[in-house]
Amino acid sequence: MLEIKNLHAGIDGKEILHGVNLRVGTGEVHAIMGPNGSGKSTLANVLAGRPRYGVTAGSVTYAGRDLLTMPPEERAREGVFLAMQYPVEIPGVNNVYFLKAALNAIRKHHGEEELDAMEFLQLAREKMKLVDLDESFMNRGVNEGFSGGEKKRNEIFQMAVLDPKLAILDETDSGLDIDALRIVANGVNTLRSERHSVLVITHYQRLLKYLIPDFVHVLAEGRIVKSGRKELAEELEQKGYEWIEQEVAPVR
Amino acid sequence: MSAVIEEHDLATIREQAAQRFHQLGWPTPEMEEWRFTNVAPIERVEWKTDGDARPPAKFGVVSLRTRALAELVFINGRLADTSGGGAGVEILPIREAAAHPAFERHYARYADYQHHAFTALNTANAQDGALIVAAEGAKPEGFIHLLFIGVGDGIWSHPRNLIVAGRNAQITVVETFVGQGNYFTNAVTEIVAGEGAVVDHCKIERESVDAFHVGTVQIHQERASNVVARSIATGGALVRNEVNVALSGEGANLTLDGLFVLGDRQHVDNHTVIDHVRPHCDSLELYKGILDGRSRGIFDGLIIVRPDAQKTNSRQVNRNLLLSETAIIDSKPTLEIHNDDVKCSHGSTIGQLDQDSMFYLRARGLGEAEARNLLIYAFASEIVERVKVEPVKEQLRALVAPNGGAR
Repeated sequence: MLEIKNLHAGIDGKEILHGVNLRVGTGEVHAIMGPNGSGKSTLANVLAGRPRYGVTAGSVTYAGRDLLTMPPEERAREGVFLAMQYPVEIPGVNNVYFLKAALNAIRKHHGEEELDAMEFLQLAREKMKLVDLDESFMNRGVNEGFSGGEKKRNEIFQMAVLDPKLAILDETDSGLDIDALRIVANGVNTLRSERHSVLVITHYQRLLKYLIPDFVHVLAEGRIVKSGRKELAEELEQKGYEWIEQEVAPVR
Repeated sequence: MSAVIEEHDLATIREQAAQRFHQLGWPTPEMEEWRFTNVAPIERVEWKTDGDARPPAKFGVVSLRTRALAELVFINGRLADTSGGGAGVEILPIREAAAHPAFERHYARYADYQHHAFTALNTANAQDGALIVAAEGAKPEGFIHLLFIGVGDGIWSHPRNLIVAGRNAQITVVETFVGQGNYFTNAVTEIVAGEGAVVDHCKIERESVDAFHVGTVQIHQERASNVVARSIATGGALVRNEVNVALSGEGANLTLDGLFVLGDRQHVDNHTVIDHVRPHCDSLELYKGILDGRSRGIFDGLIIVRPDAQKTNSRQVNRNLLLSETAIIDSKPTLEIHNDDVKCSHGSTIGQLDQDSMFYLRARGLGEAEARNLLIYAFASEIVERVKVEPVKEQLRALVAPNGGAR
């Protein structure tokens, strides 16, 4: 599904990732953990194609294609979804209109028929239940006046509607209370199947109690320094990141 | 009005206005009121009037005949078609209305032809327009549409309207300006909102890209009246849009909405004056500009609070979105306050499309052009979505974001 090789990348010319290697197979859930400033969000943004983020070396192959040469919309249409850490508020752009336009852009890309308003609403209502969002949210501006938790749930709702092949969750758990956390995890778990891969980027282990990863990687100072199974997350929770930093210190 | 006309006789008014225009001459950029706009390109042309032109069929789509209470269509300033009507409201071609009591009482009493050259020019040369009179307490259902079509090169027209809402009357009037060619429209509309009257006026200037347009909407508000005036501009090569309001009765309420969407080398000068003459009046002004290409937009807004206008509440905002490096906006919000007991604020902003929002939309699969359109529309939507007349709102959505920006 996704193969990252020796990725060097950064923002505004400042290199933050110094050679990341990662392989995510179809149907797998990978967690990337790491302390602040380790490059987690840079990795997420580079994968989604955010402007200002540049790649200086390495490659990213997605479903057999070079991901890095695609513009952001093409990545989205090919099935890459980034649940953002800070979803923007866009007053004046209606949530329903926007999401329907996005879904239809993706469908058109795959040669599928576009959904009309009724068909879309039916789908949206069904997915909204997953994340416990009230229907009134649909008729507001994108994220306009949403609380932090509502914004994150809206991200998961969008993900559920767009049905991506690779979902990247960039600190979706930050700022969530335990109920919201469960709702978010539940939304992702529903999506989980042999067809979908998920990359969960997080600072804390708590989301991973509800969203059990197949693999856990630790990102520190722009490199993946340790990989393991779900037990690694628990170990990190107990020992903290200093433990890893000490362990990998000689490598630096 | 300083010059009181003893006999309110149309011929006398026209003659006086012609004399005043002769004395005033064309405005020049040396005048503070005209510092951003040079009308020399208008002055240079030997304009002619023309009454025979037929409108190109394409303007049929602009007609709201089937959805309006009444529609009057003018071509190069002359009445071409009239349809509809409603109880409690009189709608007449103004050239046939000189004997109407409302005409005698109000015509040319508010728009200042003594000091304003283009108003003098209009008053001297006005061919036709609409007289709309809503009787006391009348609340006609629906809106009245005045459609002005300019056709041909070197042709000028001077549309002149008078809208009078009687005591507690409610009325909605939409004026649309369209056309084809290098013509010049010089329009004046006077609006009188009687005590407790509710007036919704919307002017949509979508003239030909080669046309000149100068227009004044002059509003006189009496006690406890409520006026919403909207000024939308998307067309024209050189445009001056004035809205002047006198809050002349206690407790009057004004909302002034403006939107200008420009590209290429368009030049649109928005000039507004809100005069708080009496106490306890509220005014809320919001003008938004979207500028692309090498266009130039101007917002020059003045709010005057007179010594007697205690408890004035006034807010003036101008927001602008620049889409190119070469577009220019001049924003000059001005307050002139002669009284301590007021709440007034004003401000202006200039910005570009938000890159985080662009990325957000694209990261969900929308193409760059579509995302851009959506954000442009979002910026304009605050003004567009407030328009109450549904078919006009639909037209505006399509005008502002032609390629799917609408909801």
